Amino acid sequence: MASTGTSLHNRRKLVNTIMASLTSVCALLVTLLLLLIIGYIAVRGISSLSIQFLIDTPKPVGEGGGIGNAIVGSVMMTLFASVIGLPVGIAAGVYLSEYGRNWYGNIGRFVADTLIGIPSIIVGIFIYTAVVLPMGRQSGLAGSLALAVIIIPIVARTTEEMIRLVPNSMREGALALGAPHWRVSWNIVLPAAASGIATGAMLAIARVTGETAPLLFTALNSRFYNYYLDQPMSSLTVQIFNYATGPFEVEHAMAWAATLVLVAAILVINIFVRTLTRKRY
Amino acid sequence: MMVENSMPTLSRFGIGFLAGMEWKPAQEEFGALPFIYGTVVSSLIAVLLAVPVSIGVAVFLVEQAPKSVARPIAFMVELLAAIPSVVYGLWGIFVLAPFIREYLGPFLQTSLGFLPLFQGRLTGIGMLTGGIILALMITPIVTAVVRDVLEAVPVTQREAALALGATKWETTTIVLGNAASGIAGSVVLGLGRAIGETMAVTMVIGNSPQISASLFEPANTIASLLAANFAEATDKLYLSALIEIGLVLFLVTFVVNALAKLLIMSVASGPDRAKHT
Amino acid sequence: MQNKISISNLNFFYGKAQALYDITLDIPEKEVVAFIGPSGCGKSTFLRTLNRMNDTIPIARADGTVTIDGENIYAPGTDVVALRRKVGMVFQKSNPFPKSIFENVAYGIRINGIHSSKSDLNHRVEKALHDAALWDEVKDRLSSSAFGLSGGQQQRLCIARALAVEPEVILMDEPASALDPIATQKIEELVVELKRDYTIVIVTHNMQQASRVSDKTAFFMLGKLIEFGPTYKMFQNPDEKLTEDYITGRFG
Repeated sequence: MASTGTSLHNRRKLVNTIMASLTSVCALLVTLLLLLIIGYIAVRGISSLSIQFLIDTPKPVGEGGGIGNAIVGSVMMTLFASVIGLPVGIAAGVYLSEYGRNWYGNIGRFVADTLIGIPSIIVGIFIYTAVVLPMGRQSGLAGSLALAVIIIPIVARTTEEMIRLVPNSMREGALALGAPHWRVSWNIVLPAAASGIATGAMLAIARVTGETAPLLFTALNSRFYNYYLDQPMSSLTVQIFNYATGPFEVEHAMAWAATLVLVAAILVINIFVRTLTRKRY
Repeated sequence: MMVENSMPTLSRFGIGFLAGMEWKPAQEEFGALPFIYGTVVSSLIAVLLAVPVSIGVAVFLVEQAPKSVARPIAFMVELLAAIPSVVYGLWGIFVLAPFIREYLGPFLQTSLGFLPLFQGRLTGIGMLTGGIILALMITPIVTAVVRDVLEAVPVTQREAALALGATKWETTTIVLGNAASGIAGSVVLGLGRAIGETMAVTMVIGNSPQISASLFEPANTIASLLAANFAEATDKLYLSALIEIGLVLFLVTFVVNALAKLLIMSVASGPDRAKHT
Repeated sequence: MQNKISISNLNFFYGKAQALYDITLDIPEKEVVAFIGPSGCGKSTFLRTLNRMNDTIPIARADGTVTIDGENIYAPGTDVVALRRKVGMVFQKSNPFPKSIFENVAYGIRINGIHSSKSDLNHRVEKALHDAALWDEVKDRLSSSAFGLSGGQQQRLCIARALAVEPEVILMDEPASALDPIATQKIEELVVELKRDYTIVIVTHNMQQASRVSDKTAFFMLGKLIEFGPTYKMFQNPDEKLTEDYITGRFG
């Protein structure tokens, strides 16, 4: 078809080309941004990273120091938060999908969705009033609970979605054999959705590993190795925050090194999980 | 529980708490307005910057790019969402703030310096830096939601436009029209995220409870006020003031998120949808 | 009668799977040609090669030539946007835009810049709605949403929308398959009416419909054109055994 060489026709083609380029520029911009951020972290972080840094505790400025206790604190609190949050979240997700097709379930779903959007600092304040004030002090336990509160709704919703993907015929097959509903949920549906649920759980864990705001006044911080959950506990994120906002250049260098460790851990989990399961969450 | 703990200020200052201009804990004077102002302005900057780019990225991914290009880019956008807030903050302090101080700020002052928005001293730390950092942080989530609502628009709508001789872009505007309420939902969702975002903003906004016309001046948000002061608030009235303002933040984000969810759901299962899918 | 569209040696592929085999066929101007055949026979795919709607599928590929008014639409440099304005299309399910009735019809006029003034636009919208036999039913509610119309009305609105851009050919992909008998009858009457001004190609799985509306019929099976001829001959005295079996309901 010969193009109708009118000016309107040409203008439409031009607009089309311009908009196509603009959207490509947007995509390029966002991609570059990620590379820029990660690249900068890698370059700045690697120069201060050493084995000693990964083992040491924070020391007065000028005497070195490291993030050993912060790593231990982050791992402990994340693990404990997972121990509490994952079973509750998965149970809630199973309930929502298997039994929640009613008014009651809709409320639960709505609450979970809204909780996901609640600022994490608010979770921190909630745990502060609910746990720290009654206990009389900040603790690793309070920090873990704050992280668990963040994990639960995320895991509940991904669990529900994963279970929804289990074909109904599988359920009906088991029910037809006379199995009670709860048994079908537990023995048939849950295993069928297991890998999806595991993915959601891993991403939730990666997410809370990076949380700072809910730990600031629940777990507080600590300069020492601490293995007791009833004591204030250090975390990588709070340590990064302290180093970053400190006045000295050496502290900033340590902030970058600690960030490299944190971001590497989080990105490895994300890339690993997301490439294993091609679906998006 | 939070309501109970905020009773002291609630009963003492009433609604005036939200309108008060001064925040001087030492004199037991608590007015939340500067923080509300800072939260609103920084979030609006974020939404204004992030939404056009996010829509652009989503249109690129859904309407334009071949799958082999769209997939890795979508993956990178998801990774951007996985980076922790405190890391954005660190990057903001040491990369973005100097960039604004040395390049973007002087540029804006020479080109648009007649506006009060771009006057004042340039430290690199302030409202604009906070808004830009927030924009970076909400771009992935807004992109993801816009992408989902664009994908939910039936292919028959695209075919209808193409069959009338519409160009690719004209077809895209039809698709965007179909997705309008869902896109509005994504904007509101992004706004909710920006309002509640804490660490990165705390690190770059300057934490100064003032209301200034200049975007280069330091400011403060509700979330960063809480992050910076909660741990040291030993006085009962001070603590109560912080918890009350936290409650305000909670209610605002709750309402904003609920609204976003309703808007996005209306695309997924609206009455219109049922008729022409 | 002159040929509007000539297809020769057309092969079509989805990736490695071949969907159409060596189709050669002439479509005369201002006649109605019906494509019939069992589902999956390639008749819709073939229809969509005539306005290059298959271009939206990344792995789709066409070999051979399709000429409209003597120009090969698969030649390099073909302006697909201009092609589709000339070759309108009506889809299986009505797909009005989420706009008012008026704006649905006005859309194509606006983007193509066909109108000379606001009153000309109004006039063209009215004419298109008249031609689609919808005007009397919607003239009092032009600004209300198109989704408020019944299924049959929505489909006629889509026809009006296609007519408004002044195409020369109209492709219809089972336009009545989702409609009740009365709405179907209206569409069929409309097709016969439109033949005076347009060349029409209609895909249908309903053989009675083909026999009622079309001048010529093409029978497809498994991606191959089995037989093509005047409709009365196809239905009364087909050359091919397969055609006869299909028409007499022995399969399909």
